[in-house]
Amino acid sequence: MDPLFFLLFAFIAVACGVNVVLQKHPISSALSLVAVMASLAVLYLLQGAEFIAMAQMIVYAGAIMVLFIFVIMLLNAGTEETKGRSWMALIFGVPAIIGLLGSLAYFMQTGMPKLGEVKFGDWKGGGAYEVGYALFTQYLLPFEVTSVLILIAIVGAIVLARKELD
Amino acid sequence: MFKLWLIPLLPFLGFLINGILGKKLPKLAINAVAVGSVLASFLWVALVVGPSSDWGAHKLQAHYFTWIASGNFHVGWDFAVDKLTIIMLMIVTGIGSLIHIYATGYMDHEGGYYRFFAYLNLFMFFMLNLVLAANYLILFVGWEGVGLCSYLLIGFYFNKKSATTAGNKAFIVNRIGDFGFALAMFIIVINFGTLDFTKVFAKAPGAPVETLTAIALLMLVGAAGKSAQIPLYVWLPDAMEGPTPVSALIHAATMVTAGVYMCTRSAVIFLHAPIAMETVAIIGLATAVFAATIGITQYDIKKVFAYSTVSQLGYMFLGVGVGAFSAGVWHLMTHAFFKALLFLGAGSVIHACHGEQDMRHMGGLKKYAPWTCIVLACASLAIAGFPGTSGFFSKDAILTAAYEHAPWMFWVGVVTAGMTAFYVWRAFWMTFWGEYRGHGKPHESPMVMLAPLMVLAVLSLGGGFLFNVPEILKDMFPLKEEIPEEHMLMAISVAAGLLGIGISWYMYVVNQELPGKIANAFGPLYRLINDKYRVDEAYDAAIVEPLIEGSTAILWKTVDAGVIDGTVNGVGSQAQGIGNVLKLIQSGNIRSYATWIVAGSVVIIILMGIAGGVR
Amino acid sequence: MDPAQVLETLKHGAVPTAWYLALSAVLFVIGVAGFILRRNIITVFMCIELMLNAVNLSFIAFAHEHKQVAGHLFTFFVMVVAAAEAAVGLAIILTVFRNRSTLNIDEIESLKN
Repeated sequence: MDPLFFLLFAFIAVACGVNVVLQKHPISSALSLVAVMASLAVLYLLQGAEFIAMAQMIVYAGAIMVLFIFVIMLLNAGTEETKGRSWMALIFGVPAIIGLLGSLAYFMQTGMPKLGEVKFGDWKGGGAYEVGYALFTQYLLPFEVTSVLILIAIVGAIVLARKELD
Repeated sequence: MFKLWLIPLLPFLGFLINGILGKKLPKLAINAVAVGSVLASFLWVALVVGPSSDWGAHKLQAHYFTWIASGNFHVGWDFAVDKLTIIMLMIVTGIGSLIHIYATGYMDHEGGYYRFFAYLNLFMFFMLNLVLAANYLILFVGWEGVGLCSYLLIGFYFNKKSATTAGNKAFIVNRIGDFGFALAMFIIVINFGTLDFTKVFAKAPGAPVETLTAIALLMLVGAAGKSAQIPLYVWLPDAMEGPTPVSALIHAATMVTAGVYMCTRSAVIFLHAPIAMETVAIIGLATAVFAATIGITQYDIKKVFAYSTVSQLGYMFLGVGVGAFSAGVWHLMTHAFFKALLFLGAGSVIHACHGEQDMRHMGGLKKYAPWTCIVLACASLAIAGFPGTSGFFSKDAILTAAYEHAPWMFWVGVVTAGMTAFYVWRAFWMTFWGEYRGHGKPHESPMVMLAPLMVLAVLSLGGGFLFNVPEILKDMFPLKEEIPEEHMLMAISVAAGLLGIGISWYMYVVNQELPGKIANAFGPLYRLINDKYRVDEAYDAAIVEPLIEGSTAILWKTVDAGVIDGTVNGVGSQAQGIGNVLKLIQSGNIRSYATWIVAGSVVIIILMGIAGGVR
Repeated sequence: MDPAQVLETLKHGAVPTAWYLALSAVLFVIGVAGFILRRNIITVFMCIELMLNAVNLSFIAFAHEHKQVAGHLFTFFVMVVAAAEAAVGLAIILTVFRNRSTLNIDEIESLKN
């Protein structure tokens, strides 16, 4: 069933990704993005990344996107103004995007070495045990540093977002 | 065992304490630190290092750390002690201590009190480094360091324009000499591959004469700068702008003798370069005569003694040049005694006359400052070579050696000795005899200034008996055998000295119109000498002015304003032009920035793909 | 192609790793396009998240390819950084909105000259 699931969720991911860009209202974009992340979580699971799939659901689709929606609600952001001021981005941006896609496609087509295949359940290295073991042995220092990073982010967010007390 | 590092380090600590904390310390503490540190290193030298061993047979070497290591070339922070070093150490620390004590009284009312003593201690540190050095580079460190301190202390009254100018002059003239010394070191390194005294002197006798002559002559350039010999003597008279204790310590007793010490230290090189030796002797003799004639006509009491210093340094070089190294060092020592005393006495006189330095406004001070009068009389007797005084022995040793080398040098030296006696006693009579011609009421100096003077007076009178330097140094520099004419030569030089004293007494005490008449009779010559032979003006016209003109025309107007400024401004305006175009890109619009990033990524992906980096 | 064979492949076949990578590339380009073409600063920010997710997919695919857990850890750290970034970034957006009363990215262009 692997190809079936892959095609299904890849289609959902791409469709919702395009929707993120196309929707005029930020809240629609945000909900589409949640769908993208959920389908990506399924794709992670297909590759045996159980822990990351769960984290994707909880942290990304859960916490971070809730934060986004929170801010959208807080700012009462309406639909985007369409009157363009930056013709530069359009004139140069569209060719640049097409160039990016084209060059990636061309070189992936021609230069990609022979890679293996993914079958659900053929590798069990991505469970909570394996990830946790690596995280607390070999990658302990980066892990601890991230805690400092998050602390800094918390402080920074509070400093930035608080109202001036005067 | 002897902890040689302690000797320079003590004054350095004094410098650090006074230099950093001095502003907040009370005067008593500054005095204690400054005088105590120098006195402590004097006691260490006198009681521990000096007497404890026989230095003649072997040299005590101490290696502290390797400063430069490059291939086979090593320079360490090494100290070495032999008898010559001990003598120099005793002079530097001993006279240094006395002058520090004196300065606490002399500088009592001056601003920048702590700064003065910090500089003075720093000077002691560098001077002791110079003396203790076991290789040329460490000697050079001390050499440059004392030059720096000399500059700082000449310009001590930095709000006085003439003082800062004099400081600059001393520094710049010394640079010329240092350039020569540095070149000499380079030649030594190229030829001998080392700067260690022992190794260089072991290899020197085998080297070609031309090399040794080049080294010795370049060293002479360095020594002439530091020890104020022709043609680089011009800075020393101007250096009298500094406080009087500085003149006594740095510009009479210690630093200016560094050149003599260096030549003596390098005796092996000089002895194998006869042409250089001859040059040293002639330059020394010429300086001695030249400065003595100028000294006769000066009225500023410190200028008289300054030219006297130049002249006496010329004597020392004469001694070195004729091969009588130990006599040169002997004269270095006795000169340190009586010239320090002369300067400190002059300081006391200036103090007594409320800062007046012109001898025409002094006179009759023997009534008001009897102690100063007595000690200055001792110093003047010593410098005139009065029999039994310290100056008599050392001067006689040099003149005898000069006679053996070439009799004409002896006769020129004797004439100079006569002139020396004349102008020093002229200063003495003008200051202490007759009526007081100045303003205010002169007064005697405090005891703290007089006590060092008395110690120095004793040394000036008895220094010759107490320290027979040629005898002490006979292991390093063998004694010359006596020559039959010796007593006759002695009598001649003593007679010249006494004649000088007598003439000055007649001219400045008995018949006081005579000097004016003589000056009128030899009008142009007198004015020429009184203007110091217009050497400064000649240097200005020959070197300084063309240098300034050339710098203005070529370096400033053409190179700096034209080429350099043109280049810089051109680059600047070009950059501005490019920037004016490029700033269109910097729109502040995030989306266009993102577009550029994406475009850049595309280029990188394509390049990587072409280079095969994707695989 | 034989429909039965296609059905068989869909039922029992495996997915080539290259497909995952291609999906990752497509999602990334969608993110880039959104970043460049959209004007609402919040949407732009979401497009950044989309790009990060696309890269995460590549990491997971390579982790499976090389049978190493390191790729998972990279993804984990990217998530952490994304969380921190979201917190700070949204706070910045809040401040900008409070000061300028606009979310249009074109009007926030004081970083010039």
